[in-house]
Amino acid sequence: MPTTRDRTAGERVAAPIAAPAARMPVVPGERGVEVHRRPPRNPGGPLDLDWALAVRVNRSAVERRAATLPTRRTVKKQWQAAWLLRAISCMDLTTLQGDDTPGNVRRLCAKARRPIRDDLVEALGVGHLGITVGAVCVYHQLVPVAVEALAGSGIPVAAVSTGFPAGLNPFRQRLEEMRASLEAGAREIDVVITRGHVLTGAWEALHEEVRAFREACGDACLKVILGTGELATLTNVARASRVAMLAGADFIKTSTGKESVNATLPVGVVMVRQIREFHERSGVAVGFKPAGGIRAAKQALEYLYLMKEELGHPWLRPALLRLGASALLTDIERQLEHFATGRYSAAYRHPMP
Amino acid sequence: MNHPTGISEIFETMEYGPAPEAEQPALEWITRHGGEFGLYVGGRWVKGQDGRGFDVINPATRAKLARVVQAGPADVSAAVAAARAALPGWAALPGHARARHLYALARAVQKHARLLAVLESLDNGKSIRETRDIDIPLVARHFYHHAGWAQLLETEFAGHGPAGVVGQIIPWNFPLLMVAWKVAPALAAGCTVVLKPAEFTPLTALAFAELAHEAGLPAGVLNVITGDGESGKLLVDHPDVDKIAFTGSTEVGRHIRQATAGTGKKLSLELGGKSPFIVFEDADLDSVVEGVVDAIWFNQGQVCCAGSRLLVQEGVAAPLIGKLRARMEKLRVGSPLDKAVDMGAIVAPVQLERIRGLVEKGVEEGAQMWQPSWACPTDGYFYPPTLFTDVSPSATIAQVEIFGPVLVSMTFRTPAEAVALANNTPFGLAASVWTENINLALDIAPKIKAGVVWVNCTNLFDAAAGFGGYRESGFGREGGREGMWEYLKPEWETANAERGTRNEPAATVPRSEVPVPRSGQLPDIDRTPKLFIGGKQVRPDQTYSRRIVGPDGRVVGEVGEGNRKDVRNAVEAAHAAAGWAQATGHLRAQVLYYIAENLAPRSAEFAARLDAMIGGGVDAGRREVDAAIARLFTYAAWADKWDGAVHHTPVRGVTLAMNEPIGVVGVACPAEAPLLGFVSLVAPLVATGNTVVAIPSEAAPLAATDFYAVLETSDLPAGVINILTGSTDALAQVLAEHLDVDGVWYFGGSAGRAVEAASAGNMKRTWVEPHRRDWLDPRQGEGREFLRHATQVKNIWIPYGE
Repeated sequence: MPTTRDRTAGERVAAPIAAPAARMPVVPGERGVEVHRRPPRNPGGPLDLDWALAVRVNRSAVERRAATLPTRRTVKKQWQAAWLLRAISCMDLTTLQGDDTPGNVRRLCAKARRPIRDDLVEALGVGHLGITVGAVCVYHQLVPVAVEALAGSGIPVAAVSTGFPAGLNPFRQRLEEMRASLEAGAREIDVVITRGHVLTGAWEALHEEVRAFREACGDACLKVILGTGELATLTNVARASRVAMLAGADFIKTSTGKESVNATLPVGVVMVRQIREFHERSGVAVGFKPAGGIRAAKQALEYLYLMKEELGHPWLRPALLRLGASALLTDIERQLEHFATGRYSAAYRHPMP
Repeated sequence: MNHPTGISEIFETMEYGPAPEAEQPALEWITRHGGEFGLYVGGRWVKGQDGRGFDVINPATRAKLARVVQAGPADVSAAVAAARAALPGWAALPGHARARHLYALARAVQKHARLLAVLESLDNGKSIRETRDIDIPLVARHFYHHAGWAQLLETEFAGHGPAGVVGQIIPWNFPLLMVAWKVAPALAAGCTVVLKPAEFTPLTALAFAELAHEAGLPAGVLNVITGDGESGKLLVDHPDVDKIAFTGSTEVGRHIRQATAGTGKKLSLELGGKSPFIVFEDADLDSVVEGVVDAIWFNQGQVCCAGSRLLVQEGVAAPLIGKLRARMEKLRVGSPLDKAVDMGAIVAPVQLERIRGLVEKGVEEGAQMWQPSWACPTDGYFYPPTLFTDVSPSATIAQVEIFGPVLVSMTFRTPAEAVALANNTPFGLAASVWTENINLALDIAPKIKAGVVWVNCTNLFDAAAGFGGYRESGFGREGGREGMWEYLKPEWETANAERGTRNEPAATVPRSEVPVPRSGQLPDIDRTPKLFIGGKQVRPDQTYSRRIVGPDGRVVGEVGEGNRKDVRNAVEAAHAAAGWAQATGHLRAQVLYYIAENLAPRSAEFAARLDAMIGGGVDAGRREVDAAIARLFTYAAWADKWDGAVHHTPVRGVTLAMNEPIGVVGVACPAEAPLLGFVSLVAPLVATGNTVVAIPSEAAPLAATDFYAVLETSDLPAGVINILTGSTDALAQVLAEHLDVDGVWYFGGSAGRAVEAASAGNMKRTWVEPHRRDWLDPRQGEGREFLRHATQVKNIWIPYGE
């Protein structure tokens, strides 16, 4: 299991992990657990409905926090470059299109192995970091293609199973699909919950559903997609986050990318605060995956500020943070080239995924 | 600082790096002025006449930024003279023309927003994030909003003209924002201005003067003089200033109240605070934490309305304090020009010392002090965020305004206890209420004595909403329609001559003129009225009586001589009747109608009494009684119509501007119109929910004492109206000094100065009317002017959205 887990959700960065930085005068230190590799998995447990429903979320206040987070923090120059590299290492490079074929999935996997142009890697002096993306995320049918294309890279393949994106296929079928994805070599499973359970307050049903996913996914990392754009309120987002974590989610994820509203910073604020509560309550560190609509390097940085400010350094690693994205990588490459050369870059200068 | 600087290291440590905003453009602007600034007077930059000046320091680096003038008497006089000379022309401009000027100022601020933001940060030490995202945008917004009021002035404020030449003294914590709050409404109203920025932070005001000049503001309309409190005092004392507007400490505000007493200068004061931040157990605690950050670690805590007293419901105190400490660890203090810091520098060493001293005192007094593990930079005046727990209300740090990043926390058990703790302060500027229960929030907000209440938010400001205090946090509002009144006065006022001494001593009455019953006749039954306190007719504390003499020298009756103990008792009775404020407008109207109904059948009796006291004939008396009945109807009509407003602020939510009663108000009635004057002042106060201690006309009080019987038959709750006869000025003085009286209206007479000076004790609202009114004229004798004085506006911000 440890070997598998190492490849699944943990670090794949070759270099040894540095000790936490010495505290600098103006920079606050860290709070929370020091998780540098991978946290213990979330075993899940019984539904504590009192706790799940006790959460209070004030939307306006959350929106103010989300609006000022990116204005309170920024990184420039080499800090920005390093942070953007970190964003790449936490990226679930994704293609989830109806017209996906083995061809474009192989292309994506090649990009996942070498996300940045070699000359830029050299210019930034980060060749020894061996930076790759965090995972490649595809539909079940293309899992074998991706697994083969990524062989030897250490990059896990994540499958969206369970009747993605609506998640309304028969329950048994959804579990079977998940098992099939695992058999095909997926090491991470992104599953969608039945949003109706949230909207109707069927918390026991939601808990049971995620418990079943958790059992079915075995050693694989379970990312539970809440479909926040369809949950109507931030309070529902918070409650669903709590129930999913109680049931054993390794990650909670915002969106399928197919809802009309996908990852937003206010939703992120609410979800990571539930992760913090769950961690303080149970000692278990659950990861966060915003997905959908994250296209700009600046947005990626905003999610990194969010994790650092609301959770802490352990949540700035692929073990506990993934950014679900497809177009984001190109924008990050452009910013890195700008840093390296001082000139604004063009998308076509970077190999497309 | 020992930053890891290689990309690989940062990739691992994920630390923040420096993100400095360039200071060069702002420094170059200073250099272009030779590093020295004169005074902006009459549209020109002039040197100080006595050559004194002082250096302006960057508090984050201790570096000298510039040198400015210490304005002396000749400078202040020149500035006031320039404003006076510009007044007729500026006031005569059509509203649209002034709107164009204000619009130009808004545009000028926006065009140079970054320069102003950087300059402000350099001068004050506040973070560039705040100047860039909060201060400067609010400045532009204020001018746009007030360009609108200038445009609408003639229709929306018909019958009113500018207050005149205005002296404005502003603090260092929001230097340019305070320029906007002061200058925009004054210019919109047609006033001309002499503005004195704080000595620590004069640069953006000077930059603004330059922008205004370039934008074509006529010479003398805005004058900016620099200097310390000495210059401010010269401005306050200048005889040719019509109004003083001051924002700053309560201590200085008190001095200004005393200094302007009796001068007829209009006054608005925005003073200190110790604002409560109330957290109920059902609040979103994570959002509360960010609210606290915005409340007390905004602008280094140097905010008059900072939520500096955290009141937490006991059951959630421990988790909230834990969350707060964790959050404090993550705050970043450093160079104000770093775009990624939360807090910059304290403005000056003297402030830093004050904060340190009070924190030490807090520790000495036994409170638990907590600061984050990281240390502040030492190259400037920095102070870390600080949290006190185990604080009792009696602790010094719980009572005094610290004006720094220091939060004191206390717990409460019930909503009632939260309100009691919240109001347990002489201040009343602002409050925050955090709960997810709208019933609770909207129940608590009106109970808190504060001019601004933020529900589930804090430190939100907007030009469309009034801002200002209750109690010793000052009076007057800035922003919104309510703020415009501070710079306007009724046009009839200019026409009416100032009244002379009101209480002409009564002619000595020869003893022989006292009517003596003839022998053989039954004596008259004595009708000497007592005092009317708490709904009862009570004997004066000391049994002295005062003889009331008619115009022909005949004694027409006697009244009791009230003294300070009677005032005390009347004020207590008025407080006991505080429930009147909660009575519905409909009920208050019913009582006022009933009073009118009971007065009407006794018209002849009252008319005869008036004639006996002041002469003029029974017909004149009858006209006064009829007018009094009509006036009662007027305020019965208003009782359920003096609505507040919902302001258009830029939040998803409502900002309710509620008209709340002042509280217990003492009223010294005018000598003339003994009945109508009394009714004209008491009725608007009662209609709006105040309780009243009234002193009727000293020379002719019998109409008011006859009124006891009318009140007693009109279902008026005991204590709502209390009436004390005796020496008007002596009683008014006691009322003005009384620390549990919230307002005093003093109409005429010679004690106006004393009343205003004494009111500084608790900064009670005063309305001292130096102008003689024609009470029979409804334009002068009734209406919105009276209702505005009878109420204060509380703005309640309620963002919503689920």
